[in-house]
Amino acid sequence: MRHAAAVLGTGQTHHRAKRQDVSMAGLLREAVDRAMADAQVGWDDIDAVVVGKAPDFFEGVMMPELFLADALGAVGKPLLRVHTAGSVGGSTGIVAASLVQAGVHERVLAVAWEKQSESNAMWALSIPIPFSMPVNAGAGGYFAPHVRSYIRRSGAPNHIGAMVAAKDRRNGAKNPFAHLKQPDITVESVQASQMLWDPIRYDETCPSSDGACAVVIGGADAAKAVQRPAWIHATAMRSEPTTYAGRDQVNPRAGRDAAAALWRQAGITDPLHEIDAAEIYVPFSWFEPMWLETLGFTPEGEGWKLTDTGETALDGSLPVNPSGGVLSSNPIGASGLLRFAEAAMQVMGRAGEHQVDGARKALGHAYGGGSQFFAMWVVGADRP
Amino acid sequence: MRDVAVVGFSQSPQVRRTDATTNGVEMLVPIFAEVLGGLGLTKGDIGFWCSGSSDYLAGRAFSFISAIDAIGPVPPINESHVEADAAWALYEAWVKIQTGEVDTALVYGFGKSSAGDLKRTLALQLDPYSLAPLWPDSIAIAGLQARLGLESGAWSERAMAEVAVRARRDAETNGAAQLTGSKDVDELLAEPYLADPLRRHDCAPITDGAAVIVLAADERARELAERPAWISGIAHRVDSAALGSRDLVTSPSTVAAAHAAGIDGVEVAELYTPFTHQELLLRRELHLGDHVRITPSGGALAGNPMFAGGLVRVGEAARHVMSGEAARVLAHATGGPALQQNLVCVMEAK
Repeated sequence: MRHAAAVLGTGQTHHRAKRQDVSMAGLLREAVDRAMADAQVGWDDIDAVVVGKAPDFFEGVMMPELFLADALGAVGKPLLRVHTAGSVGGSTGIVAASLVQAGVHERVLAVAWEKQSESNAMWALSIPIPFSMPVNAGAGGYFAPHVRSYIRRSGAPNHIGAMVAAKDRRNGAKNPFAHLKQPDITVESVQASQMLWDPIRYDETCPSSDGACAVVIGGADAAKAVQRPAWIHATAMRSEPTTYAGRDQVNPRAGRDAAAALWRQAGITDPLHEIDAAEIYVPFSWFEPMWLETLGFTPEGEGWKLTDTGETALDGSLPVNPSGGVLSSNPIGASGLLRFAEAAMQVMGRAGEHQVDGARKALGHAYGGGSQFFAMWVVGADRP
Repeated sequence: MRDVAVVGFSQSPQVRRTDATTNGVEMLVPIFAEVLGGLGLTKGDIGFWCSGSSDYLAGRAFSFISAIDAIGPVPPINESHVEADAAWALYEAWVKIQTGEVDTALVYGFGKSSAGDLKRTLALQLDPYSLAPLWPDSIAIAGLQARLGLESGAWSERAMAEVAVRARRDAETNGAAQLTGSKDVDELLAEPYLADPLRRHDCAPITDGAAVIVLAADERARELAERPAWISGIAHRVDSAALGSRDLVTSPSTVAAAHAAGIDGVEVAELYTPFTHQELLLRRELHLGDHVRITPSGGALAGNPMFAGGLVRVGEAARHVMSGEAARVLAHATGGPALQQNLVCVMEAK
């Protein structure tokens, strides 16, 4: 009943702190035009457009996809706007995939974006909400206690976070679109950077970026025109409330349930050996070992060992974030779709300097809110 | 395609102001209980959840995050959200069921317009570089649309008033409606303009409210409802955002969506028209003749819960099929300035 679907092409912007050289429409088109060229499709080939981004307050425009309809070639077509917090980029890819998998459309354009320089994200996140705990310390302040709890529970040594940061920034230096390119960064230099929210240091923190990412997803017929499409093997989304009695915020059940559903759908029983590359949403360095455990790559408490032994480096057995990840570029709404697109680029053999040799199966992962929204997919070089 | 049907619908009272928070929880908890209880379902029976709401309406980022508190904590849910009227969430849920991954879905929408100044908030949907800085509010833009229709002879102020009278008198039998009953047409036409050529009766009220629909596929739908409202077609389209380059007296996106959904033979049409002239516009565009019962719930003119209003239209139309009163019905939803984005859902008995 589920129709086959594949990524036909991907595109992204050059991510920067402030892309004041382009309007919002111009930013989106930079990614969209690259994705459509990569997929070798024209506007007439696109049946529907799915747009994702994080809160509208980040740009100060209510439902901006409405004013962007013309620039996105959506006039006269279905235009759907997805918003699921930080995981939204992933959800956008999944909704676009489901339009093809349902047999509703043959080719769908998905684009996710954020242009934080248009407004002020700290303001957007700091509007007082009745009966809710304020998060005025920003995301780092919110997540630091989770990281401390992880370190205490797992007994991970202190240098693990710095290792992740140095690896991802060095990977980012190989990615022509990355916001931060730091080829000379070292574990020692990360450890010497300023402490922001103990134990998260400045160099272990994602930047704040303007950027967009687009993918063209098509059905089996559309995929025939593409040399090496990335077949979508499985998708999963799970959500849980921010707080409830007994909630494990370090290893959330929504993340574990989503991963279990994902591997089941993809027919994967041993993810560590069956996945060749993983693009995991790591906005603060310590989330690499944390999510490795939630995703089931390692037993609980052992994710850090994979990082420590270098297995998550570009030449390791499970390269994690070969693109440089969220630590190198973080256009919030787009960050999830970037993970999904970079996973696709790996199995399409189009990742350039950060290509993982022989990658056949890859994971794209995104999370959002207070570690409560999860979206993931598995893509492969082979048709499932 | 799988056969998918509306099997349950519930809505909160449509009120001018609720004491509830803008995240919808207080409005959603009772209607979740009502719709699930009515179907004999619990949270665990729902395969997919999808909601529609707006952060700008709520005046905060991530308002939908708090809304899922209304569902309960464990197990985690398979869930998504659209920043649009929940009718588009219904579309996403329908697609999800079509993939075969799930057999049931619960769709909800909520909006607390009383928390802010709705017509100014909606001005922020306009092009932020060229148009929004001029702050044309939603009533002003609807007024321009109404004026174009009056000057082209597409409709008259009397016909607009007749729509208002019919809508608010129909709403007398709608227990959820905010405004019911109406003066006569001549009395309405003697009233002053609110925004020339619109009078107060031409405009939807400010409303707080929420709604929920349960969808089910194939056998599951037959188990859950005696007469499911089977979705025979559902489609949506968007028009240009450039108001100056659109012919505002037409609605190409509604016509295209209706064509894709297949609306021939509908007996009832629940149209989401927050302004009287928009009903006249859509009836013309969709060629809905006198034999089609238009918006018997009273529609948005009797109560307009933003981001739930389109879902309410689907639920109200479905009720006619589920009760056996009609065999084929149409529901319409809209979003954006001057009917920019439109969805058409056709449901029928089997």
